[in-house]
Amino acid sequence: MNIIGLYNYWIVVVLMLIGFFIVIAHENLIKKLVGLSIFQTSVFFLYISMGKVAGATAPILDENYQLYSNPLPHVLILTAIVVGIATTAMGLALVVRIYEAYGSIEESDIQVQDNNDRLEDYLEAYGHKNDTHLFNQDKDE
Amino acid sequence: MTAIAITRMSDLFAVVMLSGIYSLLSASLFLDLDAVDVAFTEASVGAGISTLLFLATLKLVPRYEKKSRYKPTLALGVVIATGALLIYGTLDMPHFGEADAPVHQHVAPRYLNDSMNEVGIPNVVTSILASYRGYDTLGETLVIFTAGIGVLSLLMVSRRTKEKALQKVPADMQNQIILRVVAKMMLPLILIFALYVQFHGDYGPGGGFQAGVIFAAGIILYTMLFGLSLTQKVIKTEVVERLTAFGVLLYAGVGIACMLLGGNFLDYNVLRHDPVHGQHLGILLVELGVGITVAAVMITLFFKFTWRTVKHKYNQ
Repeated sequence: MNIIGLYNYWIVVVLMLIGFFIVIAHENLIKKLVGLSIFQTSVFFLYISMGKVAGATAPILDENYQLYSNPLPHVLILTAIVVGIATTAMGLALVVRIYEAYGSIEESDIQVQDNNDRLEDYLEAYGHKNDTHLFNQDKDE
Repeated sequence: MTAIAITRMSDLFAVVMLSGIYSLLSASLFLDLDAVDVAFTEASVGAGISTLLFLATLKLVPRYEKKSRYKPTLALGVVIATGALLIYGTLDMPHFGEADAPVHQHVAPRYLNDSMNEVGIPNVVTSILASYRGYDTLGETLVIFTAGIGVLSLLMVSRRTKEKALQKVPADMQNQIILRVVAKMMLPLILIFALYVQFHGDYGPGGGFQAGVIFAAGIILYTMLFGLSLTQKVIKTEVVERLTAFGVLLYAGVGIACMLLGGNFLDYNVLRHDPVHGQHLGILLVELGVGITVAAVMITLFFKFTWRTVKHKYNQ
């Protein structure tokens, strides 16, 4: 078996991993969305490259051509691209709202704020309302 | 290579511009792989609208990424392990460009051989999209509609704020005379091209999805250069928001009309006496529905992000 013939899948895998890496290693929410769209494109490449037939032409019927690439993946991916942008826009809208609520789009900052809020609630619930020095110490760190 | 550069940069503006370039490169690669319709969509959506929306968001959030406190070693490990497994998985796959791969055996030959007699339009992608897989496309259109509604509810700005804000905040590019003149010349061409793509989708690459996006891009260009208040005089936000629903209803309405005429849902054969003519009419209407929804949703998305920016400026 000639292994080089599989190169299209390897390109897909590499792109997918770059996208995956951005999503899990970066804390900035916008960067994560860009990573997600790279991941998405890699799946598009997987479908389209599977539909390709060597020596064929685009699937628009004409008397001069006999061999066409597979049109089915094209249909699936075409709609997926437009749906992809709609969901990305949704994600961006969420990012805007998160920024308005927290003043940051870094995951760790948001986490710290959430923890502080929870600690505050906890202190209040157990009657330590005046022991704010506990809370403030935590915040300074 | 562009993708790798994206991971390394912390200036989000550059990241977004690079991702636009990346999309354009993908589009040319799709073209090389015979997927003309997909290339068309990726070029207009990925390199156009998506970059715009990211930039609109960047206006509202900080531009620079913070340095992460954690080392990415763990993430890198996970990624490499996944990659090794995926590469191992590809070893069984059929080779690139093989004509007898399983993908090409199932329904594809029927589409390629019979669609000319059954549907009667040369672009097989359009006939599958609108006719054979009509349900699927209806679902996708609904997803776009839903996403539009989602953004609408997330980024709401009250009418009173809008009116007050508009009086105080002028459009950003009011002074870019060259851009404004060029845009004025381009705009009719963009809109006519969108209509051409819409109605010529049966014969060449194109269709409702691409046309909708191009049309929206024209309107967005106008909004960017001439400001929201002027655009509001041309197209009312309320009208655009209603059009998002109208497109979906037109699509579903064609399906129901088919049922009333005695066929199945989205079975266009019964629309006219001659099945092929019925298919033509059905596909035209359905693609129009898709185009209207896509264009209206994209315009609404951009309007919402821009309103948010105007509101922020006003509050400052």
